[in-house]
Amino acid sequence: MSKQALAGVATFAAAAIALSGCSGSGADDPSNTIDGEVKGDLKIITWRTDLVENGQFDEYIAAFEEQYPDVSVEVEGITDYAGEMTTRLSTNNYGDVIGIPAAIQPNQFEQFLEPLGDKADFEDTYRFLNGAAYEGVQYGLAIGGNANGVLYNKRVFEAAGITELPSTPEAFLAALQQIKDNTDAIPLYTNYKDGWPLGQSFGNLGGITANPDASSEMAKDPAPWTEGKDMYTIDSLLYDAVAAGLTEEDPLTTNWEQSKVDIATGKIGAMTLGSWAISQMQDAAEANGASADDIGFMAFPANVDGTQYTVIGGDYNLAVSRHSESKAAAWAWIKWFVEESGFAENEAMISTVADAPLPENLSGLEEAGVQLMEMNAAPAGEEGLLNEVASDSQVDLFGNIYRQELVDVARGAADGDKESFFADLNERWGASVERLAG
Amino acid sequence: MAIKDSAPAEAVADRPEGRTRRPSGTTRRRYPRRLTPYLFIAAAVSLLLLFTYWPAANLFYYSVTDWDGLDQTKHFVGADNYVRVFTDPRIFEVFFVSLYYFGASFVQIAIALYFATILSQSTRFRNFFRGVLFFPYLINGVAIGFVFLYLFQPGGTIDTVLSWAGVGDPPQWLGDPEVANWSLAGTSVWRYMGMNFVLFLGAIQSIPSELYEAAELDGANKWQQFRAIILPGIRRIIGLMFILSIAGSLSVFEIPFIMTGGANGTSTFVIQTIQTAFTHRQVGTASAMAVVLLAIVLLVTWAQRKLFPDEKVDLT
Repeated sequence: MSKQALAGVATFAAAAIALSGCSGSGADDPSNTIDGEVKGDLKIITWRTDLVENGQFDEYIAAFEEQYPDVSVEVEGITDYAGEMTTRLSTNNYGDVIGIPAAIQPNQFEQFLEPLGDKADFEDTYRFLNGAAYEGVQYGLAIGGNANGVLYNKRVFEAAGITELPSTPEAFLAALQQIKDNTDAIPLYTNYKDGWPLGQSFGNLGGITANPDASSEMAKDPAPWTEGKDMYTIDSLLYDAVAAGLTEEDPLTTNWEQSKVDIATGKIGAMTLGSWAISQMQDAAEANGASADDIGFMAFPANVDGTQYTVIGGDYNLAVSRHSESKAAAWAWIKWFVEESGFAENEAMISTVADAPLPENLSGLEEAGVQLMEMNAAPAGEEGLLNEVASDSQVDLFGNIYRQELVDVARGAADGDKESFFADLNERWGASVERLAG
Repeated sequence: MAIKDSAPAEAVADRPEGRTRRPSGTTRRRYPRRLTPYLFIAAAVSLLLLFTYWPAANLFYYSVTDWDGLDQTKHFVGADNYVRVFTDPRIFEVFFVSLYYFGASFVQIAIALYFATILSQSTRFRNFFRGVLFFPYLINGVAIGFVFLYLFQPGGTIDTVLSWAGVGDPPQWLGDPEVANWSLAGTSVWRYMGMNFVLFLGAIQSIPSELYEAAELDGANKWQQFRAIILPGIRRIIGLMFILSIAGSLSVFEIPFIMTGGANGTSTFVIQTIQTAFTHRQVGTASAMAVVLLAIVLLVTWAQRKLFPDEKVDLT
């Protein structure tokens, strides 16, 4: 090939590189720190496309810009947030304020996010710090928090003749049986087809045995699916309910959007979900002629010496991009959003600010004497261990793949029984614990 | 590089006038003209390189790393991912599911051949029926998934129609693991049959009509015509269909992904690759799985070509 041809190819390649690499400067400016001057353009990437569309986000932005007139805020909503952000993180251009996607492991925080300071300095003011901290450095603040437990329809429970909320797995199964016998409702809805709601019950880890270190212990436990441990109780409840025929008839045709309407109108008795779902179910109730008061929330049916515990944990964590050109403004937005915007109250979430009152929809838990507990941070250096074991063993704790298999076994659609299924889980988990410890 | 030597000569030979008539023909101008053919293909080749070969090369590269899809550093792990793909029984057992689709593809080819034969003759409303049969292939696969999801629901369309026929206790089409894969394979037949049909139809219509006339004069009936004229005439297309069926049944994706998400024993190799990459965050292993699938498809194609060599079709 002649020199000119090579030159042509080189020009083309250079153009391609120039096109893809035209972002990312300014981050090196020494005055561009989170303590600097609050000014500049701010791009906020959010998963709450509903708030962007209904104008609520514009109200937040207007209130913020009034307080910080030198900042100009722009918001971008992404429907498939977790998936799309994972791709965008491979560039330098992923907005100034982001919610930390689950794909980023704690030991990768520094590759993508701006450190906000020592975790110890935040501990007096804020809740839910563990999810966005690594080796004592804080990288983000939770946008709010949720309680884990079971969502139920009060009218269905009443019609079935359940007078007292169950506080043991056995009592819960008996209550579901009562619903099946006395009403037309589906006692417990798994949302098997959509899948992700199956992973919600994992949030109760620690609440069953009142052990705030349960998740870091599980990361090193060769057999977490052993009787008496949290995972065994959580997954047993699902297994036993399915095996006793207390869930929907054909799990392959469930539908999440429809399930909201069904639980609101009393066609479903209960679903294992976090408290974030309460407001959505209440909206569904109002929209379908039922009462929002019918939606109740209870702790996971287990107790330690008569006391029930419910785990509360942070939702998405807001963080500043390492490549932001206005880090001070981004940090100002996060603090303002968490403390002053009223977001947590509007969404009925637990505020990240430690001394803020609990949301009204959790008042039922307080009346029932349920203790709220937050999980302890993993020991330094092991922040990502639980995730690593889950990935390596392909037991997707946060997801639905192994729980769908569990439902299949329980309804007799796949070989095995509870013992063999849990033994298999223990074997896979144990092998990965051993591999990663070594 | 043959092109380099011949290109200028051809350019001169093709357009001698253009060359001599150029008003200011300095020596510099000769080079751009030699480049002309390269410039013409440059756009196409660079798009091909950028969007096909570069990502493919990246896939091979990822498959020898432990990358999680996000981290800025990728560690080289050699053949570890490949060893895992071949030693983990959970990864390979899903190929059994492909057998359902492979079995269904025979049904699909048979139906397509049947309709193509009938509608290639002077059947009433044949253009209408051709349209009807090809139509499913034009619908978006995701939409088909959703339509059939409602069709297969308990008390859904199929159950209602069956109850008219007196079948009171139909199975759970997707919920019963014995039935689920057949339901999905059936959906796949419905979707792709139109494609086979059109290819067969085209091949059948390219057979000269004198052959039929001659056969009719000799007293051959329709079935004999089919066996002696149509079948040998479209043998190559049938062979191609089998290659496509095998490759297709190994890499089934959208129908089970939309309808069951791979649950209830309907997971296929591609669904498992996706889960490995994006749920279990093992992009390295998933890339190795993709490379293995590519190798298997190439191997099957090669074996098929060896076993059934590409004979020349001669109908005379």
